[in-house]
Amino acid sequence: MTLARHVGLAIVGCVVLLVLSSKLDAYRQYQMAQVAATVVAVAGLTVLIGISGQLSIGHGAFMFVGGYATALLVIHLNWPLPVVIVASAVVAGLAGGIMGVAAARLRGPYLAGATLMLAVALPAVAYQWQGVFGGDQGLDFTVTTPGFLGASFQLTEWQAWVCCVALVIVFVLLANLLRSRVGRSWRALRDNETAAALAGLNVARLRVLAFVVSAACAGVAGSLLAMTMLNVTPGAFTLALSIQLLTAVVLGGLGSLVGAVWGGIILVLVPPFLTDFAASHGFSSASASVPIAGYGLVLILVMLLFPAGIQGGVRRLLGPVAPAAAGPVGAIGRRLARRLEESPGAETRQERSG
Amino acid sequence: MQEFVEFTLGGVSDGVIYAAIGLSLVLIWRATRVLNYAQGAMAMFTSYIALIVINATGNYWLGFVVALAAGLVIGGAVERVVIRPTAGKPHLNTVIVTIGLLILVEGVAGMIYGSKNRSFPTPYSIVGAKIGSFDLGQGSSPSAVFTAVAVLAAAGLLAVLFRYTSVGLRMRASAFSGTVAQLMGVRVGRITTFGWALAGFIGALAGMLVTPQTFLYPNSMDSIFVLGFTAAVIGGLDSPVGAIVGGLILGVLLNYVTGYVGSNLPELAGLALLILVLMFRPSGLFASTATRQV
Amino acid sequence: MAAASLAVADVVAGYGSAPVLNGVSITAPPGTITAVLGANGAGKTTLLRTISGFVRARSGQVRLDELSLIRLAPDHIARAGVAHVPEGQGVITELTVEENLKLGLLLRRRAERAAALEDVYGRFAILADRRRRGAATLSGGERQILVIARALLSAPRVLLLDEPSLGLAPKIVAQVMDLVRHLRDERGLTVLLVEQNARSALSIADQGVVLNLGKVVATAAAAELAADVALRRHYLGF
Repeated sequence: MTLARHVGLAIVGCVVLLVLSSKLDAYRQYQMAQVAATVVAVAGLTVLIGISGQLSIGHGAFMFVGGYATALLVIHLNWPLPVVIVASAVVAGLAGGIMGVAAARLRGPYLAGATLMLAVALPAVAYQWQGVFGGDQGLDFTVTTPGFLGASFQLTEWQAWVCCVALVIVFVLLANLLRSRVGRSWRALRDNETAAALAGLNVARLRVLAFVVSAACAGVAGSLLAMTMLNVTPGAFTLALSIQLLTAVVLGGLGSLVGAVWGGIILVLVPPFLTDFAASHGFSSASASVPIAGYGLVLILVMLLFPAGIQGGVRRLLGPVAPAAAGPVGAIGRRLARRLEESPGAETRQERSG
Repeated sequence: MQEFVEFTLGGVSDGVIYAAIGLSLVLIWRATRVLNYAQGAMAMFTSYIALIVINATGNYWLGFVVALAAGLVIGGAVERVVIRPTAGKPHLNTVIVTIGLLILVEGVAGMIYGSKNRSFPTPYSIVGAKIGSFDLGQGSSPSAVFTAVAVLAAAGLLAVLFRYTSVGLRMRASAFSGTVAQLMGVRVGRITTFGWALAGFIGALAGMLVTPQTFLYPNSMDSIFVLGFTAAVIGGLDSPVGAIVGGLILGVLLNYVTGYVGSNLPELAGLALLILVLMFRPSGLFASTATRQV
Repeated sequence: MAAASLAVADVVAGYGSAPVLNGVSITAPPGTITAVLGANGAGKTTLLRTISGFVRARSGQVRLDELSLIRLAPDHIARAGVAHVPEGQGVITELTVEENLKLGLLLRRRAERAAALEDVYGRFAILADRRRRGAATLSGGERQILVIARALLSAPRVLLLDEPSLGLAPKIVAQVMDLVRHLRDERGLTVLLVEQNARSALSIADQGVVLNLGKVVATAAAAELAADVALRRHYLGF
């Protein structure tokens, strides 16, 4: 039943997004693609942090893997786009598995430290083997709209479509995963690892699986972004990206797929907005730094005032209202709300010390 | 042979900086169980303050002292204003708050001072020592010696503070058991603020010592922070000695890798070292065995 | 410091939705030992934690002489002269024995500190022998002595003892009770003694208070309580 509901929602969502994208201009379509890709990465990360309780501040590394895998596959093998995206996810998932195994015994800040170092070290690979990875300049490649859409179909619209469809598919998969035994096991693990182990859960395997899944999502996101920008450079996958992903996860609401949407939207749309704001108000020389400072301030304030993130705030607002909504939409809404209730404030139980 | 000595000394010189940042992180971790991701950025900010003073007065040491004082004040203020309200809330919130602070401080620095690289003065020469025709490299310069001495002296003072003074006892008691400390009348809040202030002091010191090499710009302390964090993790977040040892090992190793293997690989080497250590000691080299909670 | 009176008046306190203390009133005159008795869950530990500030009282009053303790932070209350020795914990195992004791000295004037410490070492040989060792090396009974000694070093005006005999051999229990009596006699200390072992508590106490389900069901002189067979059987199990 749930699967049918999810798929139904997915189809509706797809249609809505595709219609929306056709109404936008090229720049907005590009932003839409960016938002969709970012949301995929944030969703994967929120599963890792909020549901399985493992802190990673290096997920940009897996986006790097996915992005470069895509570039290399397109350039050297010229596979069709959907295959490339899936293959990139697999490669990134593999990298996630390796990291998960290496970090299986690490907790709290020790895990954070390892993932931080990963985010810094992995892109250095692109500088070392310049022949393959193109060094500083990175790799450029082209993507064309498929024939059946007609020769005059906008590339940016096609890119937005691909990203949105990928987003919807990923969300359906994640939502089902979270509702399944694996999802419940993850939550048990997050809430009390010792009890979970005593209950017979294979802690190490679950932790690695969470890394694999979230890395695969990051890989998809990296692939989509690469496909949108038509190039990959090490400079696109800096530590700053990993940190931004983390902030998007918490801003949106930890452990919440819907929250990932908020987080992705804010991450992509707010900084350019702030830059324009600064420039138009005469902050020109410092205008590059204003969105940075603004984002930092937003983070601090949101954490102090709305500890459960935006989705937490939304839930609080909708709380008394939601049950009043009748009909299938209301039912779905209530289901969503209830499911989201299953993972509030996830990290209260997260272990603090190593 | 000359290369080996050169790399080793250079590594120690770098390592001492990572040790200092690592030490400040350990201080904060022990006091509040918080990892301050903004520690490097705060050190960058105090360096900017120092630069303003130095440019205005022409006196390096005045700027130096002002930076250290600013580190104390800013460290304490951050704990009181930004961190204290997150007590009792989910732990990840504090992580995000310090990351937000990192971003905010770098943004504000960019807004006030602009983002171009600025050169930063150093009080001593950076020319390496020579024994005959044996050039020992920058790691043997008066500046490097000063750096090592300053950091080790600061660490030594901290050790004395912790072990032999009642303030130190209060800090340790508060860190190990806030409840018992309160029972004994310790003002745990003030002690915590003081811990952050000390950490800010050491961070500011590290900033002053390393910025002549990195030049000063809003992100100048980012990679230093990452390596300092790594040093603290390698040594074990509860261990000040661990931070120093971790920093030295890391500095020397990275220098060897850069010198002998290639300049693109030090980060990978750092990652490899980190994973290697953590695989055998998931809580760092000097971690005390944690009690199992069943 | 001179001994002080402790007055608890109609205190309602607890955790979560249902309060544990439902209007408890106790008066401990200066220089007396008040035994607080009752079964598990009666609220004895919560009472001590409310007095020392770790549990917020929802209503009622707690006074140390004239000073109201109700809204004060635990460290403030400790500095006012209330020493709380909690049940089963309180030794900081990462510190040495001497460092644990020195924590108690923090509230003493510097001039008095060395002498006070030597006095404790004179009284408790076991602590003197192990002074440089990690507190983790002490046995349960030794730790209990350590935390009591530490509390005494702060020269409190009121001492709150939570189940000091728990897990201790009878001989040690006798020593501890002896010490508490001695403290009242020689130093005029006011003591609130929570004990499951009602018999030994009443043997040194001046008055006894019996708690049941968060209410005081009996307050009387210790001798009277010990003699009231029906009460003893019903609430105290002997």
